Amino acid sequence: MSTDKTFGDYGGQYVPESLMPAIEELTDAYERYVLDNEDGFMDEFYRRLADFGGRPLPLQYAESLSERYDTDVYLKREDLLHGGAHKLNNALGQVLLAKYMGKERIIAETGAGQHGTATAMAAAHLDMPCEIYMGETDIRRQRPNVFRMKTNGSEVTPVTTGRGTLKEAISETMRDWATTVEHTHYVIGSVVGPHPFPRMVRDFQAVISEEVREQVQEKAGRLPDAVLACAGGGSNTMGTFHHFVDDEDVGLSAVEAGGSSLAVDEEAGVAPNSASLSTGEEGVLHGARTKLLQDSHGQIMESHSVSAGLDYAGVGPELAHLVDEGRVDAVNVDDDSALEAFHRLSQDEGVIPALETAHAFGYLEQHHDELGDVVVVNVSGRGDKDLETVLEETEKRDLDVAPDMSVLRETGGGGGI
Amino acid sequence: MGLERVFADEPAFVPYVAAGDPSYEESLEYVEALERGGADVIELGLPFSEPIAEGSTIQGAVVRSLEAGMTPERYFAFVEDLDVGVPLVCMTYYNLVYQYTHPETGETGPRAFARRAAEAGIEGFVVVDLPAEEAGPLREACDEFGQDLVFIIAPTTRGDRLDRMREHVSGYVYVQARLGVTGARDDVSGQTEASLARVADWDVPKAVGFGIKTGDHAERIVAAGADGVIVGSALVDIVAEGHEEGQPTAEVVQRLESKARELKQGALAGARARAGVDGS
Repeated sequence: MSTDKTFGDYGGQYVPESLMPAIEELTDAYERYVLDNEDGFMDEFYRRLADFGGRPLPLQYAESLSERYDTDVYLKREDLLHGGAHKLNNALGQVLLAKYMGKERIIAETGAGQHGTATAMAAAHLDMPCEIYMGETDIRRQRPNVFRMKTNGSEVTPVTTGRGTLKEAISETMRDWATTVEHTHYVIGSVVGPHPFPRMVRDFQAVISEEVREQVQEKAGRLPDAVLACAGGGSNTMGTFHHFVDDEDVGLSAVEAGGSSLAVDEEAGVAPNSASLSTGEEGVLHGARTKLLQDSHGQIMESHSVSAGLDYAGVGPELAHLVDEGRVDAVNVDDDSALEAFHRLSQDEGVIPALETAHAFGYLEQHHDELGDVVVVNVSGRGDKDLETVLEETEKRDLDVAPDMSVLRETGGGGGI
Repeated sequence: MGLERVFADEPAFVPYVAAGDPSYEESLEYVEALERGGADVIELGLPFSEPIAEGSTIQGAVVRSLEAGMTPERYFAFVEDLDVGVPLVCMTYYNLVYQYTHPETGETGPRAFARRAAEAGIEGFVVVDLPAEEAGPLREACDEFGQDLVFIIAPTTRGDRLDRMREHVSGYVYVQARLGVTGARDDVSGQTEASLARVADWDVPKAVGFGIKTGDHAERIVAAGADGVIVGSALVDIVAEGHEEGQPTAEVVQRLESKARELKQGALAGARARAGVDGS
């Protein structure tokens, strides 16, 4: 059995030669264990996702939002997965695969820290040493997750190059892997990177849409008209979309971070957004051909989003392909709308979403009347990790839905989460 | 004849520096100093913002060069401004090749890049993140413009993969001396001899790189069977130090030339040692 390395024009294996043998070894392991369930790998994966992860997870009817938008809104509660985000689906799958492959050490990059914490948990659960690379900017804005990774026994190594976010963390993890490739597995955190990562990560995350497809038919009596998920690298996106791709009547919208503006500053090399599907150009980064935020020479731009987990200049090659094919709609929501959606979901539904997830709800607010009668939104993660950022960013803005936080100032608090 | 020619008579010294590090004008003088010091072919880096195979030394060079305004077009102008007689190889990452637009023909992609490089006088390429499997379009362009596409053989490249790579090599083969990223080291990797042994019967010259820092290293690597030594970080360290400490350009030029001489002499000594062993 040999899997396709590309999705249309996207994908491939653009990595240094030193990594190619490991990529070939991983491809072989992916085909045998994941696709062919050799040695009962997938059975063990599903068993551990249930016992350790808490799957299956509910599809919740959102009463307030449904009333507000006069449409049936369902929430896929990936925020209830162990660790608080969809990331464990992939991290557990890959750490388990590394064990089956006889690897002795795990490395991973992290942006928001959700993939890092999920990998640290999976590594502790399966007794593997683990080192997480994290940009120093992200370490500052996601401190609770750094504590969690350390608490699970992982090393956390700061990355100081560039702006110190996800892009630099991936580059630095690839450098570690180039050195340690013979005994180390790189648990990449999204549907990005060289083949087989985009396919394999999607397959581990596809448990989301596998459940949703069954649950929504049970609860709504039919398939949804629209499925929404936020998109940075795109792993919760592809996981939520995968089992609906062939259902042509189900609209799929990937909601990117519009940041503060969709314009780019070529001179400074900065795009104040992370909307690579909406505005990026085809190029090659971190092992794959995909849509990228880059300048006219091909240098990669520094992206920006209020949510660290979406702050990446690239996107998964399969998503880029599905957008080109017209199957997935690439849309975006700016920082302000995401923050408002964060507060709205917290107040109306009692669910504090990750800032990444809040983008999907920002889109729902703006476009609910175009989405049909049954809408599923993936709650990719919970927002505890973002409370400090939200507090800070909300203070800078005049948002209608934000709560009054003056009690913190009056009591001298503010940063103590 | 392609780049093989520079390895024909004696072991080659192949230095790497990033073009435009720390500035266009200084860099021109530095590259010329390397030739005077004994370079036989020069790998001239075209910096990419995400250098995933580079250690901190060359990452620093990339940042300095980009901050000083290096672009692919300025790079080709730089090559044209250089006053050197030895062949030049462009070392870069694939996205810059893929995105390139030829200023006159308007063509984009690998063929446009190879064409403009040929016009500027570039004789070959090392594209760090372009394994043989993905190299088809650039390979064709190189054939059309008479350039070599140099591939890296890693310590992990073995078995079938080694056989497949053999069909793709041209000019010389870049033997990566150790796993990991670029950077000067204080020892010669034990993996070097094993890596060289795996390609011993290939009929292209073998140039060894990654971690070589001194004339003594160069000597031992050539004595072990290499046809050339590739040295980057040990030279970039001199450029970086000169920049950080504000040394006069002439002083950095002198230090680079002297380091180049040390490495070339080391390589020559390695060849004599090998001849001595072979002759006994």
